[in-house]
Amino acid sequence: MTSIKQELRHASKATREDVFGKVITYCCVAVIAVLVISILYFIASRGIATFTVNHVSLWSFISQTSWNPGLLDAHGQPQIGALAMMVTSFTVTILAAIIATPFALAVALYMTEIAPNRGARILQPVIELLVGIPSVVYGFIGLTVVVPYIRHLFGGTGMGILAGTLVLFVMILPTVTTLSVDALNALPGYLRDASLALGATRWQTIHKVLLRAATPRLLTAVIFGMARAFGEALAVQMVIGNAVLMPHGLVTPTATLTSQLTTQIGNTVMGTLPNNALWSLALVLLVMSLIFNLLIRFIGKRGQLS
Amino acid sequence: MATYDLTAHHIIEPGGPIALSTEKLQVFYGRQQAIFDATLNFPANQITALIGASGSGKSTYLRSLNRMNDKVARVTGKIMYQETNINDRTINVYAVRRHLGMVFQRPNPFAKSIYDNLTFALKATGIKSRTILDDRVEQSLKEAALWEEVKEDLHKSALALSGGQQQRLCIARALATQPEILLLDEPASALDPISTAKIEVTLKRLVERYTIIIVTHNMQQAARLSSYTAFLHLGHLIEFDKTPTIFQNPEMTATQDYITGNFG
Repeated sequence: MTSIKQELRHASKATREDVFGKVITYCCVAVIAVLVISILYFIASRGIATFTVNHVSLWSFISQTSWNPGLLDAHGQPQIGALAMMVTSFTVTILAAIIATPFALAVALYMTEIAPNRGARILQPVIELLVGIPSVVYGFIGLTVVVPYIRHLFGGTGMGILAGTLVLFVMILPTVTTLSVDALNALPGYLRDASLALGATRWQTIHKVLLRAATPRLLTAVIFGMARAFGEALAVQMVIGNAVLMPHGLVTPTATLTSQLTTQIGNTVMGTLPNNALWSLALVLLVMSLIFNLLIRFIGKRGQLS
Repeated sequence: MATYDLTAHHIIEPGGPIALSTEKLQVFYGRQQAIFDATLNFPANQITALIGASGSGKSTYLRSLNRMNDKVARVTGKIMYQETNINDRTINVYAVRRHLGMVFQRPNPFAKSIYDNLTFALKATGIKSRTILDDRVEQSLKEAALWEEVKEDLHKSALALSGGQQQRLCIARALATQPEILLLDEPASALDPISTAKIEVTLKRLVERYTIIIVTHNMQQAARLSSYTAFLHLGHLIEFDKTPTIFQNPEMTATQDYITGNFG
């Protein structure tokens, strides 16, 4: 009996392993948490410096369109207005999502509902291939194929929101498609059976039952695609024109938050106003991706409730 | 498991009018054959039970009747309904499914309101008149004995109903298209005994107006409910007779062994 009592009171190899595993897990989580917080702090502190150290007004940052951090204007004020870049970033993002969504949905429906075996077997590798192409290659194709074509059709340089949208459309298509396929595959099979057994056609079943039931997750897919488009830098920078001007149409050269960051970050000195201004742009990007994330969570929660 | 002569069978001709019949119905999943030469007449306005062990093909057989196995399996042979072979390429399968309503094992209401669940099939066929829709909703809910419980909540989500209520909603939903035949695939196996009893009472009342074919692996249920019973084994239709005969004095050894529980 004493041996059982002892066994009950003492740690064994298994319990020590348990503790060890727990410690490793907590350590890893802590490192990642510190990393994320540091990144947030770093970008936020640099980004805010424009307003706290250099005393640029927040309002002029978000409402002015003239961007020239290195020069002072007639009133001795630096020209830090990011509106043009924000407008361009949002426009290319939203347009790319609007164009990509119907294509992605069509492909996803083909792969899940219309030809689940054949469709998935052919299209799955194609989509994975699209994901694997580096963004610089997309940009290069955009620059050599899309931009000259737009120039030919509409005149001007051919660079601008339209070229950026078309490149981003192809880039986010696989993201939105893959997530839409997951959304449709997650639907319980009995919904399809129920609808077909009531004499609904395949199209009625897709349109009135399946898409309806998958809406929250499909929205999430689109927002994921938008987050990707909003944050994409290189490919957009190659076709957008890189002139910080308010876009006057879809084919005038302009710049996005990301393209301005990639082109200018090497030309500024750490701690100066031009450098801080770029950090402010990075902060805007960070806040936006945070908003996209919250939106995804919010929609996901609402989907669960209904 | 004991081996039985699968080619031997005892299938009677039911008295009275026939609502549906199959002639040499065969079902193949790829190369594998799931149903062998099923020839059977289903009597009108009667409950016919399909019994058999798991894998006997009873659900496969049932799902073939309203062409739910299209795209899933290959079905050959004839299914005669209204003097028409509905197992034919030229047949409008959507119309077939409205005449042969189906209720599944798990309650499967759409994530819509009760009202929208019931009007789904009607709207799909193009019926828009509010009065017709309202009438059909009330009528089919009454037939499924659910009206009194939900008449105040027609626009609330169908998912808020209990499992038994959801299943009766699914029955009402199938009745809304005014079918002639109701196919039920183990409709009570996911429900508690009280809900099961309610479903059974409902079916007993419905049989005055509809022909009912029900798959069940609950033999007491088959005995309580049906007037005819068909026993399937490994895809073969072994015996079809009046329910009392099947349960008290079956012709075939396989049937005898199955109903007494001496089955492998």
